[in-house]
Amino acid sequence: MTTTSTTEAPSASGHLADPDVNYLNNEYGIKSWLLSLDHKRIGLLYLIMTTVFFVVGGIGAALIRIELMTPGGDLLEADTYNKMFTMHGVAMIFFFLIPSVPAVIGNFVLPIMIGAKDVAFPKLNLLSWYCYMVGGGLATFAIIAGGIDTGWTFYTPYSTTYANGYVSVALFGVFINGFSGILTGVNFMTTVHKMRAPGMTWFRLPLFIWAQYATSLIMILGTPVVAITLLLVVLERVFHIGIFDPALGGDPILFQHLFWFYSHPAVYIMIVPGFGVMSEVIACFSRKRIFGYSFVAFSSLAIAVLGFIVWGHHMFTTGQSIYAGMVFSFLTFLIAVPTAVKIFNWTATLYRGSVSMESPMLYAMGFMGLFLIGGLTGLFLSTMATDIHLHDTYFVVAHFHYVMVGGMVMAYLCGLHFWWPKMTGRMYSEVMAKTSAVLIFMGFNLTFFPQFVLGYLGMPRRYHVYPDEFQILHVASTAGATVLGIGYLVLFICLVSSLINGAKAGPNPWGAKGLEWMIESPPTPHNFHETPVVTFEAYAYEEEDTLLPVPGDGQTTGAVSH
Amino acid sequence: MSKDFQLHPDLASTFAWQVDSIYFLLIALSVLFTVGVFTVLIIFSVKYRRRSDDERPKPIHGSTALELAWSIIPLFIAIGVFTLGAEVYFRMYRPPADAIEIFVVGKQWMWKIQHPEGVREINELHIPVNQPVKLTMTSEDVIHAFSVPAFRTKRDVVPGRYTTMWFEANQTGEYHLFCAEYCGTQHSTMTGRVIVMEVDAYQQWLGGGVSGESMVDAGARQFVQLGCATCHKAESGGRGPSLVGIFGGPVQLATGEIVTVDESYVRESILSPGTKIVNGYQPIMPTFQGQISEETLMQLLTYIKSLSESE
Repeated sequence: MTTTSTTEAPSASGHLADPDVNYLNNEYGIKSWLLSLDHKRIGLLYLIMTTVFFVVGGIGAALIRIELMTPGGDLLEADTYNKMFTMHGVAMIFFFLIPSVPAVIGNFVLPIMIGAKDVAFPKLNLLSWYCYMVGGGLATFAIIAGGIDTGWTFYTPYSTTYANGYVSVALFGVFINGFSGILTGVNFMTTVHKMRAPGMTWFRLPLFIWAQYATSLIMILGTPVVAITLLLVVLERVFHIGIFDPALGGDPILFQHLFWFYSHPAVYIMIVPGFGVMSEVIACFSRKRIFGYSFVAFSSLAIAVLGFIVWGHHMFTTGQSIYAGMVFSFLTFLIAVPTAVKIFNWTATLYRGSVSMESPMLYAMGFMGLFLIGGLTGLFLSTMATDIHLHDTYFVVAHFHYVMVGGMVMAYLCGLHFWWPKMTGRMYSEVMAKTSAVLIFMGFNLTFFPQFVLGYLGMPRRYHVYPDEFQILHVASTAGATVLGIGYLVLFICLVSSLINGAKAGPNPWGAKGLEWMIESPPTPHNFHETPVVTFEAYAYEEEDTLLPVPGDGQTTGAVSH
Repeated sequence: MSKDFQLHPDLASTFAWQVDSIYFLLIALSVLFTVGVFTVLIIFSVKYRRRSDDERPKPIHGSTALELAWSIIPLFIAIGVFTLGAEVYFRMYRPPADAIEIFVVGKQWMWKIQHPEGVREINELHIPVNQPVKLTMTSEDVIHAFSVPAFRTKRDVVPGRYTTMWFEANQTGEYHLFCAEYCGTQHSTMTGRVIVMEVDAYQQWLGGGVSGESMVDAGARQFVQLGCATCHKAESGGRGPSLVGIFGGPVQLATGEIVTVDESYVRESILSPGTKIVNGYQPIMPTFQGQISEETLMQLLTYIKSLSESE
């Protein structure tokens, strides 16, 4: 048990706990959502909007894959094709991947996991969502009004002097959106420092919290750099102030330094929260403590710190000094070590465990496989000799999709399936969920594995037409994308239908450990009836499951689930 | 340039097997780790599958020895692979002194190539087999990248500066030339062919070119026409420094700083002459920014370089 008494009178909030009141039904109406300061509701707002952007990015991907079935430019004009891959990249990276785990899952579970009733700054939390919406709105306007064809990397001087369309508007949108990440980062760090429940020491924190903390650190330190960089591009584009364009006396490579100084750490903004999800899920479904808790916790921080000093590995072919190149290459290799440690520790967690392959665990296994390939193919790109050949080819495309989609999207879906019962109070169809996990895993591999081969053959990325001999591999890739698309569709139907006819989840359907599993599903508006006192370490799976008491009725929140 | 389906690209330069051998080593490492981790995961998942719902396995907190082992072993593997890759990269960066120098200008969306003998071509590069070739490249507009997969090398082509790359083809044939850095609407059509020829055939091809004027001659002609020769006289005493014998050596600037006279310095001194004035001279030279093409600039450069060749 974690609190002292079960028979005390009503809690400080003054009303008796009504078991039927939760954060979803305590208030109704659009306004109650759009002005909500409840971290759980804000998490759901993010869930809805990131899904919208995922669909937008997905449409771009679908058109790209259909176009590439034939070597000629049959379906799309060259210009439209360029706008599609830009839209795909911008929507997926800035408006889906970066906010996905932190802003959706993190917003929902982070305060509950540490025993807090909300984040430290609920109003900033809401403001972050509005920054995201304004940024997303501007980017969407740029896409609809005429499109942007710079690629998501906005390389100069193309983006400042030569590109058509609404580049400035899109850049300004991404700039505003950056504040959303900064505000979330500030909020999470403060919350973890100041709002942990009594007894929740740093080394009792779930590893998901460590991962979110490391991510917040990167968001706060990195985002301002890209924000300033993008503003400089706007200044050059609109006012012709020479910063990047050599015709105006600028340096085009400077942009790449500034851009990757943020955008490489941003890769870790995308993947580190996924590591956190993995630790929670693998521990739960093997009923074991995470093997080497502190190694896993500190490896997240090590990755966050090292991630800031490897940006030059995106620039081996620009003609940067060979010695600079060597330092960047070496530091990049160092990142392989904490990453490998995580994989090995998760694997070792299964040892002598009690392993159960429910859908979140199936997603976690998918993550392990795909992220492993994504990480190992990263070595091909950090090795300078092979990078020269592979740079800007489909090998790079395949590599970062293995990390971002195979790793991060799988981790996000894994987390979504894991905490879905907590968020909605409903169980989804396990059969459908497993089907979608398998379809996504197979479709993903069929889509992206052929691209490794294409890349080594020399097929450059962002090509709208290509030599005939590459067609077979492109057709295989498009076939895989179709399976992948069907997988996502099954997943969508599975989760949405659970809202209509899903069985009641109960507080702890997985027999998981952690404060969020000791309260009702869905949680009450303030998460806890009384501030919990933590007397246990994370992942104490050897102990019996318990629930926090509900004051007033002398009962716990429900039957102990196991 | 095979039109058939392949799983591995042609090997047509001395770098190809060096890069490929590291590639295959990395594939072996990747397969080893992936299969290893997955085998263990599957064995654990089956062997320790949940047999009853009230199982409470004993906790294991970790093992420092084991964790150190699987931190340190990957670290050494990483250092090993890094070293192999860095060594080949070093070679890719150091063109041999006897390399044939060919000039490349990228623009949206074509490759313009000048041979020192004066022959020009577009989207095609003819080179002799078994001879090192050095490309000096720049762009007229955005960043491009000169990529020849069969040679396993590429380099960005950046506006406002020269970048260089080199290779030695060792197989005659035709190979893909791609622009690898996204450069706008028709990026995917900024492609061409590299044609590797026997030395005799190459000489014959060079002789058949239309232009009879070599790059040095063209540069010398421009040097007079643009008025450079009025101040930069062969002997000292002109209003500008003499350019004879200076290329590749050091020169002291008015600021006291000493710089090497290389391609970038010559380029900068023509386009923005006021930036780095040679000690003892007045900043009176007009700028040629926007007045001469990249090709003319390359001809002038070749001519100025020729003034420092001892033969």
